[in-house]
Amino acid sequence: MELTPEEWTAVRLSLRVAVVATLASLPFGIAAAWALARGRFPGRALLDGLIHLPLVLPPVVTGYVLLLGFGRRGPLGAALESCCGVVFSFRWTGAALAAGVMAFPLMVRAIRLSLEAVDRKLEQAAGTLGASRVLVFLTITLPLAAPGIVAGMILAFAKALGEFGATITFVSAIPGETQTVPAAIYAYTQVPGGDAGALRLSVIAAGIALVAVVASEILTRRVAGSGRLT
Amino acid sequence: MGDFALDVAFETRARVVALFGPSGSGKTTLLNVIAGLIRPLAGSVRVDGRVLIDTESGAFVPVHRRRIGYVFQDARLFPHLSVRANLAYGRWFAPVPERYADPAEVVALLGLRPLLDRRPATLSGGERQRVAIGRALLASPRLLLMDEPLASLDAARKAETLPYVERLRNELSIPIVYVSHSRDEVDRIAEEVVGIDDGRVLRGR
Repeated sequence: MELTPEEWTAVRLSLRVAVVATLASLPFGIAAAWALARGRFPGRALLDGLIHLPLVLPPVVTGYVLLLGFGRRGPLGAALESCCGVVFSFRWTGAALAAGVMAFPLMVRAIRLSLEAVDRKLEQAAGTLGASRVLVFLTITLPLAAPGIVAGMILAFAKALGEFGATITFVSAIPGETQTVPAAIYAYTQVPGGDAGALRLSVIAAGIALVAVVASEILTRRVAGSGRLT
Repeated sequence: MGDFALDVAFETRARVVALFGPSGSGKTTLLNVIAGLIRPLAGSVRVDGRVLIDTESGAFVPVHRRRIGYVFQDARLFPHLSVRANLAYGRWFAPVPERYADPAEVVALLGLRPLLDRRPATLSGGERQRVAIGRALLASPRLLLMDEPLASLDAARKAETLPYVERLRNELSIPIVYVSHSRDEVDRIAEEVVGIDDGRVLRGR
C-alpha cells in the first residue's frame, strides 16, 4: 500500500500534532488528576465537570470556544502571541491545542484511576521515613501510578490522532499545516475518485487506534490488579 | 476516627515500653498520634524534651520531620523497589550529621544479607518484617515505634523473628515503644508495660 506525498504529509502532521498535544497536556493532566483524586476543596465537582466537558460537548462547539479564546483576536491568543510569540490561528499548534483539549478528559480519567489505586499506607510509611509530601509524590506515588499514567497518555494520543471537529472549526484544514489525517480522509470523501486515498488513510488511522486502545487496556488492567504489597 | 475516643496520658523513661491491650483498644491510634499520622483533638506529645505536638500552643511538627521510626504491622515495603533500595530509602532522608545507623551493622543484626537483591513480593512475612525494621532503623530515628510487628506471622515465623527483635532491644540505644496484644511477647521484650483498654490507660500492670 503506497501513500502519496500529500498523504504522508498528513500522517506526519497528525503524528506531530498528537505527540505534542499529549506531552504538553501531561503535566496538566497529572495535576488535574491529583486534584480530583486527593483534593478536598470547594468546587471540586465543578472542576470535574469542566474537565469532562470536551467529552460531551459537540466537538464543533469546543473548536468554536477555542477560536473565541485562542484565536488571534481572542484574549488568550493575543496574550500568548505578544508575550511568547505563540500563534494558534491556522497553525499546527492550534491543531495540537484542539487535539490536546479533546483528549484531556480521557487522560485525566486514566491518571486519576491510577493515582487512586496507590496505597496511601505506603505514602504514610514514606512520610515516617523522612520524605516530605512532594518527595513522597515523586518517589512513591508517581512510580506506582506510572502504568496508569502511560495508559492515559496512550489513550490521549490515540484520541488526539483522530480529532476532527474541533480542529477543523478552530484552525480549518490547511494541507501541510493543519490538515490532519481525519481531515484529509474527509477531503477525499468529498471528491470523486477519492475512495482509494480515503481507504488507505482510514486503514492506517484504524490500525494505530486499535493498537493504542489495546495497549492502554492492558496497562490499565495491570494498574487495577497490581495489588498493594504489604 | 468514628466514635472511638482515645484519652491517654503517660510518661516513661524506660528503654523499651510496651503498650499492651486487646485489639481495638487504641494502641495503634496512639502510635499514629506519636508519629504524626493523626492529629489529636487535644493533647501534647513530647519526646526527649522536644515537643512534637501541643494543641494548646498550636505547635505541630510534621511527620517527615519527627525522626520517629515506625515499623507497621503490615510491613509496608515499597513494591517497586528492591530490598536494598527499600533499606536505603530512609537513610537518604536523614540529615547527614544525624546518621548514626550503620548499614552493614543493621544488615548483620537482622540477617538481611541474602535478601538484599530481592523484591518485596518474593519475601515471606517474617522476612518482610525484618526488612521493615531495618528500613526504619536506617533512617537513624530518635525513637522506634513497633506496631505488633509479629502479629501477622504464624507461630513458626514468630519464633524465628522474635530473637531478632530481642537483639534489637539489646543492641540499640534508642527507646522503643512496642505495641502488642501478646502477653508472651511483652514479657520477653519490655522493660515497662503500659496497659491500654478501650482508649484509656490502665493503672498498674
